[in-house]
Amino acid sequence: MAQTLSAKVPPGRLQEKWDTYKNQIKLVNPANKRKHTIIVVGTGLAGGSAAATLAELGYMVKSFCIQDSARRAHSIAAQGGINAAKNYPNDGDTIWRLFYDTIKGGDYRSREANVYRLAEISNEIIDQCVAQGVPFAREYGGHLDNRSFGGAQVSRTFYARGQTGQQLLLGAYQAMSRQIAAGQISMYERREMLDLVVIDGQARGIVTRDLVTGEIERHAADAVLLCTGGYGNVYYLSTNAKNSNVTAAWRCHRRGACFANPSFTQIHPTCIPVSGDYQSKLTLMSESLRNDGRVWVPMKKGDTRAPRDIPEEERDYYLERRYPSFGNLVPRDVASRNAKYACDEGRGVGNTKLAVFLDFRDAMQRLGRARIEERYGNLFEMYERITGENPYEVPMRIYPAVHYTMGGLWVDYELMSTVPGLFVLGEANFSDHGANRLGASALMQGLADGYFVIPYTLGNYIASTPLSDVDITHDAFTQAEKDASARISKLLSVQGTKTVTEFHRDLGSIMWDNVGMSRNAECLESAIGLISSLRKEFWNNVKVPGDRTYYNKNLEFAGRMADFLELGELMARDALMRNESAGGHFREEYQTSDGEGERNDEDFAFVGAWEYRGRDSEPMLRKEDLEFENVELTTRSYK
Amino acid sequence: MSHTMTIHLRVWRQAGPEARGRFVAYTVRNVNSNMSFLELLDVLNEKLIHNGDDPIEFDYDCREGICGSCGTVIDGVAHGPQRRTAVCQLHMRHYNDGDTIVVEPWRATAFPVIRDLVTDRSAFDRIVEAGGYVSVDTGNAPDANTIIIPKEELENAFDFAACIGCGACVAACPNASASLFTGAKIAHLAGLPQGKPERKERVVAMVKQMQIEGFGDCSNHAECEAVCPKGISISAIAIMRREYIKAKISP
Repeated sequence: MAQTLSAKVPPGRLQEKWDTYKNQIKLVNPANKRKHTIIVVGTGLAGGSAAATLAELGYMVKSFCIQDSARRAHSIAAQGGINAAKNYPNDGDTIWRLFYDTIKGGDYRSREANVYRLAEISNEIIDQCVAQGVPFAREYGGHLDNRSFGGAQVSRTFYARGQTGQQLLLGAYQAMSRQIAAGQISMYERREMLDLVVIDGQARGIVTRDLVTGEIERHAADAVLLCTGGYGNVYYLSTNAKNSNVTAAWRCHRRGACFANPSFTQIHPTCIPVSGDYQSKLTLMSESLRNDGRVWVPMKKGDTRAPRDIPEEERDYYLERRYPSFGNLVPRDVASRNAKYACDEGRGVGNTKLAVFLDFRDAMQRLGRARIEERYGNLFEMYERITGENPYEVPMRIYPAVHYTMGGLWVDYELMSTVPGLFVLGEANFSDHGANRLGASALMQGLADGYFVIPYTLGNYIASTPLSDVDITHDAFTQAEKDASARISKLLSVQGTKTVTEFHRDLGSIMWDNVGMSRNAECLESAIGLISSLRKEFWNNVKVPGDRTYYNKNLEFAGRMADFLELGELMARDALMRNESAGGHFREEYQTSDGEGERNDEDFAFVGAWEYRGRDSEPMLRKEDLEFENVELTTRSYK
Repeated sequence: MSHTMTIHLRVWRQAGPEARGRFVAYTVRNVNSNMSFLELLDVLNEKLIHNGDDPIEFDYDCREGICGSCGTVIDGVAHGPQRRTAVCQLHMRHYNDGDTIVVEPWRATAFPVIRDLVTDRSAFDRIVEAGGYVSVDTGNAPDANTIIIPKEELENAFDFAACIGCGACVAACPNASASLFTGAKIAHLAGLPQGKPERKERVVAMVKQMQIEGFGDCSNHAECEAVCPKGISISAIAIMRREYIKAKISP
């Protein structure tokens, strides 16, 4: 196989590539679409929108989700909003600006053509969602309202109170429900994908486990769409839902799909801090809060005074001080690192000293409590429920937490992985956010991929690829089922002394300490060793309760944990390979004198895609060179 | 800021849909008041696993009160004692040292128990499939601002769209009615211009499906509204009835 990966970006001007592509692809005759079965794994914004749209076009869709209902996929938890270049506020936004902000926000580590297409499609997404009945916020005149998010100087974020993800997901879920009723989608809930079936070099099906009966099932198709989200839970504590995991993607990786930029993770600056060792997950406080909240710590180290007793001149509004032009709305990676610095300096607040203040006092004085309540009421309530403190009266305490993974399976311009017929959409792929994702761009990407990209690119694949007749009696299915079953037996047979959760916490702390907000070669090398020995310990000492023939959450978690233990090592390898700082990937060895990350465009303007080469061999690095023909690579400055 | 306590639990254990269930008593010590209720169950489960027992199965996912996965009846109240709070957002600071807490699954014919506290709520999905959507194919939409919706109208519809589909309304209802869930979707869509063209077929089909699934009728107890973690008003049910009558009078 070639060392270099080609993204198959269409020729021509950036602004014309997507149209050129659409004009040239092969189409599937409407009557023929029903002859093709397409598997869609995951029902979040990417999977839900893809399943619904492909079913509308006439494909026979089989849709799978891990939750008890397609409506519960983790996209539902997205709070803040979705970007689009509508320029309704008339503040100077254009498709080009959205493209440019996203490329720059990603610290020039994403593919120009994909990002431009995303910006182009963004407006159609808003139209589609509104037509479905998504209740985006409105002005008094009845027109759509926008707000600002980090990394942009225009207001381009559409929002539905603090629950934009929920409303968009319900839109996609309802569109899916309509197709289920029409018989175009067969829906499989409470299913976990355990393997990808590759026949003659093409993705032709999956093996799943029914989480209620424990039965292992085979499903054949002409193409497989993986829409299974990100892998932030490798850190144990993250803002991801508890079921979010890497297993489906990792199984595809082991079957030949390259894993790109695995170390590019997003640590979100505004989360509720950890309160104790029983903590099971972290809760995000939407970035939208930084529109009106001011981030600060005391000037003095170890200041234990109540925040309201600290006078103005003894407060350090460090983001406003260091980044006067973007202030509190700097991108997430920058805000997170600066919170870490403040705490590392001993100026953290609260019991654990691992927190900074997000203060609404000034906004309340300026706008009044009612306006603040209208904008952020549900977030304030959530904060109070979790912490027992009232943010209308005392500033919020926040700290960065793992939130999103920019890395994922490598895909070309058509969203196809290195396994023909395996397409990867949404957070599960690596494609659009480079080394840092801007706020309100995840929802945009998930829906762009599902509603507006895959219908074209999948059709082109189906129309132009010879597909032999394959059914679930094929040897490859038998073997994949056997492997999956053997693995479950193995997990149950160890009967050691340490629970899956205990292993997960251990892995989480190795990852957070060594492959977290700030990394260096020494700690990354040590992480590789630590993870490798933890993995050995896991297979010799894990204790999985119960049996495989009934609903057994710990058994599910055990299988996912085994995959996280392999992924964690790859993340450390990737971070070690990348001798530069870019976006959320901050290598301590590569920084400017004032602590900003230093990119190395000469040597690292590429996507690092890792190819699996067996459990006992090191993965092979393949590269996609990033060519910037339209933007100039500059030092990202938010000052 | 935080303190520790001892909590006694009586938890419904049931091996499968056909198995006979029973309450089992547990005691958890050193419970931190900042823990969530589900974290208390996590801690207990870790203990059970170490002792070689099967852990208590319960549904959860986001643990932020938005996915609607979790839901148990706590001391007779769906989602527990704190108003407008899904059980994942219930924290132990609302309990006292030595308290005994009784934990049960949602109980309704249409929500059979899968195991312990886990129930099958797929009936809700089938109600939505019956008509809880706007029939618009991808690509058909006009510019978003061509649909003007007065703010107040939008906010009213949103109050109903906020439903998380957890099923607490059914669990709390003496008739195990799904009227609040169904009414919320009907009210959301009937309240917006996009939902109006199909409002008649929608309400008739969804109400019919609700009956097919084995949910009871609403007799205005308003228990659903009292336990709804999103505070959805029973006016949703009034809207559903009004829509239904209108649809039946002039189909």
